[in-house]
Amino acid sequence: MMSKGKTLLNWIDERFPLSSSIKEHLTEYYAPKNFNFWYFFGSLALLVLVMQIITGIFLTMSYKPDASLVPGTSVSVAFASVEYIMRDVGGGWIIRYMHSTGASMFFVVVYLHMFRGLIYGSYKQPRELLWLFGMLIFLCLMAEAFLGYLLPWGQMSFWGAQVIVNLFSSIPVIGPDLSVFIRGDFVVSDATLNRFFALHVIAVPLVLLALVVAHILALHEVGSNNPDGIEIKNNKDPVTHIPRDGIPFHPYYTVKDILGVAVFLIVFSAIVFFAPDMGGYFLEANNFIPADPLKTPPHIAPVWYFTPFYAILRAVPSFLNTQVWGVLAMGAAVVVLFLLPWLDRSPIKSVRYRGPVFKVMLALFVVAFIGLGVLGALPTTNVRTVVAQILSVIYFAFFLGMPIYTRYDKGSVPVPVPERVTESTLKRKVTFLVLVLVVIAGAVAFATTI
Amino acid sequence: MKKPIRHLLAMLALLSPLSAFAAEGPVLEKAPIDIHDTESLQRGAQVFVNYCLSCHSATSMRYSRLTDIGLSEEQIKASLLPPDGKIGDLMRVSMDAKDAKLWLANNPPDLSVEARSRGADWIYAYLRGFYRDPSRPTGWNNAVFDKVAMPHVLWQWQGDQVIDTARPVHAGEPPVLKLVKAGTLTSLENGRATTVDYDRRMADLTNFLVYMGEPAQVKRQQIGYAVLMFLGLLLLPLAYFLKKEYWRDVH
Repeated sequence: MMSKGKTLLNWIDERFPLSSSIKEHLTEYYAPKNFNFWYFFGSLALLVLVMQIITGIFLTMSYKPDASLVPGTSVSVAFASVEYIMRDVGGGWIIRYMHSTGASMFFVVVYLHMFRGLIYGSYKQPRELLWLFGMLIFLCLMAEAFLGYLLPWGQMSFWGAQVIVNLFSSIPVIGPDLSVFIRGDFVVSDATLNRFFALHVIAVPLVLLALVVAHILALHEVGSNNPDGIEIKNNKDPVTHIPRDGIPFHPYYTVKDILGVAVFLIVFSAIVFFAPDMGGYFLEANNFIPADPLKTPPHIAPVWYFTPFYAILRAVPSFLNTQVWGVLAMGAAVVVLFLLPWLDRSPIKSVRYRGPVFKVMLALFVVAFIGLGVLGALPTTNVRTVVAQILSVIYFAFFLGMPIYTRYDKGSVPVPVPERVTESTLKRKVTFLVLVLVVIAGAVAFATTI
Repeated sequence: MKKPIRHLLAMLALLSPLSAFAAEGPVLEKAPIDIHDTESLQRGAQVFVNYCLSCHSATSMRYSRLTDIGLSEEQIKASLLPPDGKIGDLMRVSMDAKDAKLWLANNPPDLSVEARSRGADWIYAYLRGFYRDPSRPTGWNNAVFDKVAMPHVLWQWQGDQVIDTARPVHAGEPPVLKLVKAGTLTSLENGRATTVDYDRRMADLTNFLVYMGEPAQVKRQQIGYAVLMFLGLLLLPLAYFLKKEYWRDVH
């Protein structure tokens, strides 16, 4: 005699793989038991994605992508509609701040998520496709952030879009026509605003969601990597065929991720309710000035998450009468990340068991990335340009030198890769935390004193 | 000895994102405002509606919203609303933007979110920074906004200031001004200027502009405390002990 619930479940299972999907992806998906701090950011990225979609839906209900002026005033309809949301829509300000903070926090968690992959070799065989899907998600995210930033139609919206679209016009032969095609006009205008709105609310999110599904399917096919960088599938219980170092994702990692969510929400809420501008880094002060095509702001700075790439763009001098080299370098800075699985020749995945050369290169890379990020937010000076050039070289040296230095960096391993996953010791935690702090403080101090 | 300390301070300043922008422009005096001081906000609203709103609109702001700062609808109607206005109206000017451009050469900017782009300290410095400059068409210039098109509307309150030529001018810093003729809110005795009343009135106005930049900000913080209490005192411990309980058998 089956219960009513069981009967219903049977009825569904005969028509849809509900129980088997839950088993495959949650209750019988075995994840390594030694996940640490860095493993929170995948689920947090998913949380932010959902939050962006929901707040975004509510924003579209009151936002108007219209660059024409409100009759009798000097303010555009689009700009005014954002302030309408902030003032007259019930709960509008909280929805808008969640969306604007969510955009920045998306990049915070995704950068940390990518860094996790970098330090534990999560891109290496057999997870190359998983990494590529992730990189495509990152590309979509950058497109989404860029498109969305135009919508408030403030000065930084307008001039930021102007600068970035103009980059395309430096491409030889097709460049000028291409930039007109992107804008839909000869300048950034109402046509641009409308198409960016369409791309921001439907086109890119659709691709993004499809890629997230592919990313998770690829992950569950190959299984999660872990801080020790060893394959738990190589050590299964002969009877149950369950990895000895694996635990079911649900309930173990669902409850652990809830803890991560709680901590994340505290940080997120502290920003939304007490510092939604984040001192001009999440919402730029100049973007509270309505877009004016006739007044170029003296200093056009992209939002913080684009500044490392922007610094690389500015660091490359023009050559043979064209500035396309900077654009190519900026593009290469992103493209080179796609190649990571094939650049890294080391048989060791995790930084824990790699030799000193990789560790030093990784530290230099972190300094370069943060340093470029700081420089990209500041106006240029001669000294800053030279430093940005040096840091750009380090950035690329980390990747392009990888086939060489990872091949010769395996002899000096102090601790061999273990057979089974290890527990994180306090010493390891403290060492890593100190290292991270030193690297960040060093990069910031370096960039500010020049 | 001094230099490393300054570098350290600069580093700390950059680590705290709130002060990063101060590093670029001139250092301005901190505006003595308090967004919770409703009396100051009400005085500021009065100055704003009676003086600024003649030329500058605040098209995102509704008169009815002023109930936020402790005014009743009757008070708003009686003292702030134009005779033919309705309580739900936006703060517009009767001058059309096109005409304004024609008459004043420049469109007086809409002030709804001015405080969010300029910052309170800049506005406070601007309102107190007008000085006599015969080379300008209006006869006025401003210490923090060189060659500003706007004349000193409140000159009867402040009186006349000129650049203090005795004080050295540092590159990138606004010129130092001195009062040479007292207004109704300032006084001048034996060359010693007292500007407390005028400064206070300008702080009220700055306070109001900051409030108007984001009318929900006081409520935002109030809700913020409740949200953080919920997350920190309820959700976080719950999630922590739930995780601990489930993970007891993982070794």
